[in-house]
Amino acid sequence: MIVADRKKVPEIRDMVKNHQRVLLVGCGTCVTVCLAGGEREVGILGSALRMSLRLQGRGDITVDECTIERQCEDAFIDVLAQRVAEYDAICSLGCGAGVQALAERFPKLPVYPGLNTQFMGILESQGVWTEKCAGCGNCRLGEFAGICPITRCAKHMLNGPCGGSQQGKCEVNADLPCAWQLIFERAGALGILERFDEIVPPHDWSTGLDGGPRKVVREDQCIAGLGPQA
Amino acid sequence: MDDEPLILAFCCHYCAYAAADLAGSMRLQYPGNVRVLRLPCTGKLEVNYLLAAFERGIDGVIVAGCLEGGCHFLEGNLRARRRVERARQLLSEIGLEPERLEMFNLSSAEGTRFAEIVTIMVQRIKRLGKSPLRPDPIHVEQGVQEIGRQAEAML
Repeated sequence: MIVADRKKVPEIRDMVKNHQRVLLVGCGTCVTVCLAGGEREVGILGSALRMSLRLQGRGDITVDECTIERQCEDAFIDVLAQRVAEYDAICSLGCGAGVQALAERFPKLPVYPGLNTQFMGILESQGVWTEKCAGCGNCRLGEFAGICPITRCAKHMLNGPCGGSQQGKCEVNADLPCAWQLIFERAGALGILERFDEIVPPHDWSTGLDGGPRKVVREDQCIAGLGPQA
Repeated sequence: MDDEPLILAFCCHYCAYAAADLAGSMRLQYPGNVRVLRLPCTGKLEVNYLLAAFERGIDGVIVAGCLEGGCHFLEGNLRARRRVERARQLLSEIGLEPERLEMFNLSSAEGTRFAEIVTIMVQRIKRLGKSPLRPDPIHVEQGVQEIGRQAEAML
């Protein structure tokens, strides 16, 4: 899932303080699961933001709340279409994709981010999320015993470990497990260590973000006659 | 009453609420600035309840749960403490003194302790002054009733 965390209240307050009616929009998908932007968090932020504005002498600003099922899909934004007419700004508690989807859908309304989108990751333990995927567009997890060195090695090394791996930890941060230690341990347990006798060729980054925003097209799913532009 | 602080106490049914009852039976004197809301467990408490109280102009909030290790639902009071801590961080962010919110632990036998907690909080809030978010007293009382109704509805 996409993992995010909330911006500090003063930062959000400063973004919206020049508007009169602000709608906080939560998202019921990834950011609900990572406890950053679901219905409950929208309620908490709404309350905190109203109090913060009142303490700054801007109690006249209306801050309302709503949460939609998914911000990153236009069909789910439909339910907002009528309601946003009453507001002069939106603060989205969705990920960066959600914020931009709302901005595209409502071209005349300023849309502000209430969250800092962090990464694609997993729930490691209750209340702890860790990054697992960099979305490089060319997955090679099969070569590395199911552990991604691009995401989880601080140097993104494909032929590790480096000299900074000490007692299973990364030199960058003593709390960070060395990805290559994990790779070798798991490969050893799977009996595939000989795979690392060969030097792994450089990664093909042409599928990465450096070529600009990427697009996935499934022709068979596109509306007939309209193609990927629809 | 205009100058008197108003304090809301979220009390666990199994300890603080019974302790408040006992304080009454024991004829203990404590300031009349507190309004008690009963919860089945402080673990029922959500951060937005606490913020809702301050948003409605309550000057101070007490969360009173069982002694640590003595929760009827095992760890509701420990969860409540973490939520109180989060709410205090939020109060700090928005510029309201976090000391206006405090969690206490006591047993149902501690009527005296309940009276003491209320006295401590009233003194503290008097020192801090009225909440800058406070509307007129009638609206604050209405806010207390509203939170009470919402809390009841959530049970």
